[in-house]
Amino acid sequence: MTALPLLDIRDLTVEFSTRRGTVRAVEHVDIAIAKGETVGIVGESGSGKSVTSYAAMRILDRAGRIADGSVTFTGIDVRQASESDMRALRGREMSMIFQNPRAALNPIRKVGRQIVDVLRQHAQADASRLGEKAIEILEQVRIARPRERYHAYPFELSGGMCQRVVIALALACRPQLLIADEPTTGLDVTTQKTVMELIVELTRQRGMSTILITHDLGLAATYCDRIVVMEKGRVVESNVAKAVFTAPEHPYTRKLMRATPRPGASLRELLPEDTAPPAAAPAAPNGNGSHGGPLLVVEKLVKEYPRKGNNALGKLFGRSPPTEPETFRAVDGISFTIDRGESVGLVGESGCGKSTTSTMVMRLIDQTDGAIVFNGEDIGAIPAKQFARLPQRKRIQMVFQDPTDSLNPRFTAARAIADPILRLGDIKGRNAVRARCEDLARRVGLPIDLLDRFPHQLSGGQKARVGIARAIALDPDLVILDEPTAALDVSVQAVVLNLLQELKESLGMSYLFVSHDLNVVRLLCDRVIVMQAGRIVEQGPTEQVLFAPAADYTRELLTAIPHPSFHA
Amino acid sequence: MSELTLPNGGAPPEAAPRRSSGFMATLRHARYIISDNPVTGFSFALFTIIFIAALFGPYIVPYDPLASDTVAALKGPSAAHWFGTDQLGRDVFSRVVVATRLDFIIAIASVALVFLMGGLAGIAGGFFGGWTDRIVGRIADTIMAFPLFVLAMGIVAALGNTVQNIIIATAIVNFPLYARVARAEANVRREAGFVLAARLSGNSDMRILLGHILPNIMPIMVVQMSLTMGYAILNAAGLSFIGLGVRPPTAEWGIMVADGAAFMVSGEWWIALFPGAALMVAVFCFNLLGDGLRDIVDPQRRT
Repeated sequence: MTALPLLDIRDLTVEFSTRRGTVRAVEHVDIAIAKGETVGIVGESGSGKSVTSYAAMRILDRAGRIADGSVTFTGIDVRQASESDMRALRGREMSMIFQNPRAALNPIRKVGRQIVDVLRQHAQADASRLGEKAIEILEQVRIARPRERYHAYPFELSGGMCQRVVIALALACRPQLLIADEPTTGLDVTTQKTVMELIVELTRQRGMSTILITHDLGLAATYCDRIVVMEKGRVVESNVAKAVFTAPEHPYTRKLMRATPRPGASLRELLPEDTAPPAAAPAAPNGNGSHGGPLLVVEKLVKEYPRKGNNALGKLFGRSPPTEPETFRAVDGISFTIDRGESVGLVGESGCGKSTTSTMVMRLIDQTDGAIVFNGEDIGAIPAKQFARLPQRKRIQMVFQDPTDSLNPRFTAARAIADPILRLGDIKGRNAVRARCEDLARRVGLPIDLLDRFPHQLSGGQKARVGIARAIALDPDLVILDEPTAALDVSVQAVVLNLLQELKESLGMSYLFVSHDLNVVRLLCDRVIVMQAGRIVEQGPTEQVLFAPAADYTRELLTAIPHPSFHA
Repeated sequence: MSELTLPNGGAPPEAAPRRSSGFMATLRHARYIISDNPVTGFSFALFTIIFIAALFGPYIVPYDPLASDTVAALKGPSAAHWFGTDQLGRDVFSRVVVATRLDFIIAIASVALVFLMGGLAGIAGGFFGGWTDRIVGRIADTIMAFPLFVLAMGIVAALGNTVQNIIIATAIVNFPLYARVARAEANVRREAGFVLAARLSGNSDMRILLGHILPNIMPIMVVQMSLTMGYAILNAAGLSFIGLGVRPPTAEWGIMVADGAAFMVSGEWWIALFPGAALMVAVFCFNLLGDGLRDIVDPQRRT
């Protein structure tokens, strides 16, 4: 490595004072970043990867402080530097890209103006040329029609576009170090690919160093030179990217590698090596009202929304001639079936209509047109408002995307699981309901003593288990899984996916698995439906769709997934 | 499979063995909040004093608050009469302490009433949207269109000069505050995952509203209630000050200030000052209390 690293973190310890005393978020971390190098810091939530980079920029929040160690940036001691020196450094010499691009932009200021602000603050251009310079920068981050987009507000741009603007802001002053904190989490895979390629290309052009903080091993493997793996505030492994993936040394790295869904690995293989296989549970299909045909038949389902923008005011002043149709078709005439005991994956990028479809099947919103035939009965004909109290409600349940958001913060886990039982179940009496809750908790592997905790006292994986227990409390025939693992760490995701598979086998349910992640869908689903812009572009058996895709769009999705596979 | 506790998964590890009962946990949490924030501790202490005065006031004061003693009229503060005496020789200290109960009752009753009216109407408006929202919103706007104190005066003047009507007037005047806060909070939660989940569990709209959304809004409403307590006391005292509402010779802070105001110019400052100070301390206390209460009831901070 070069003689003097650009950023040298030595023996860094960061402490946070909380009501439970001092907590060490980062302990004795050594990371050196050479000029022009891209380093990935990989770890699960709570591993201290973000805190390390915040400490390097000295933007820790009030409760946190650097307790020990040193941070040297281009020879400047960051710990000792004055606040005004640090302000000059941040943005001009080192800058940062945050996870949520929309939150990082000022919502009421035009994006061009925001770039101008940064330029002016660091005196990067003549006052007369600021605007031109901003447009130039927008062009560099490959925003089409930069002159128009200069006047756009953040809400007028897509998530990927916003992230490009954030990158433009971060790179406006040509910093030497870029810290990207989960820059593509929450973006679609195809957008992720273009954004990551943009970052890599720009940093290479300018000879910048980059720290990529991510939970995604595949992403780090694809774009980084060197990888630092962190666990519980410590660096457990640090090596050249290729070496980390071909010959991981630390057990934690191996565990992470195993848990990452990848082509060719089965669901069981995601779990740590020493996990005992589940007791073989006999498949006992739900016999309720079974008749010969498929469980769910969706025919020519359509959902239209009134278009925004064509508002009454515009019409009043005779502006905006209605060139576009008055309505927007979120779901455009799709048909599919789900058999008993089958899992079907519904895949697509954000805005493709997959969530709208699942919400309609769920009978939470009414469709504009089409039929939803469940168990031989057209439940699509029943208005969503009335559906809540019908016995059919019991037969279709759902596991939500965000385990935190989907649990009432003021209900204990037991109360949350009991809710559907109390409203729709046959079990009466406090003790019987409690017994049923405990039974369900055992089923989903939630320790019984956690049942009396509130959601904020549970970890992400435990909350996911509560959500699953609630969904299966009424023995439904169909469970809709709306990205049930999107908010979880990979190792937890592996466990939850296995749990779902096990439950399906033992309870004989059918799944409709809504996801953007083809690798995850592959593990759990028998068949896959790929959606784009409200239509089905491809459907068929999982292996066929994933290994011999017929549609270009499916191929595009598949190639956009980064995976640590250069040893293959 | 059961060891899913994450490495740093958020659940505080040592929380489990210390759980005894919900009440003890709340007490422990309250103690933590108070020791964490001395201002909150101070406001709680103040509240306790006010509460005791309201509860036991008439039994602990040295003099009968209504007994006049013309010989001892208009005497300044002394060892016998800590806050001095008024023009009829009544002990100002006794009257200030005894008045606490009446003002306290007016404040609590009006806040409870406005919570039931405004809070529930606001939650319904925010949750159902559409016409419910429009009607609640327009009622709030109409009330806001009047200068609030003048409106309260009008209501008391129209309904009659009683404590009950002061309570109603104060509640109506505060209606928009509650309706708007509750509406905004309910509206945010309308699309939350747990509301959808509740719907899937077969909960009716009413049950979702009262069983799922209301408990989540309570922390904010409690803060709101504490803040309006101060305002309600001020409002009641103001009405009494101008001769509406509580009538003399009943001991009430507003009337006492009104009585004493005439004597300020002639140098008998204590008659108006002490009830005025009591009023100020009470309002101050309730405002501080609001912040402290939020910390206690907020589930995000309770571990």
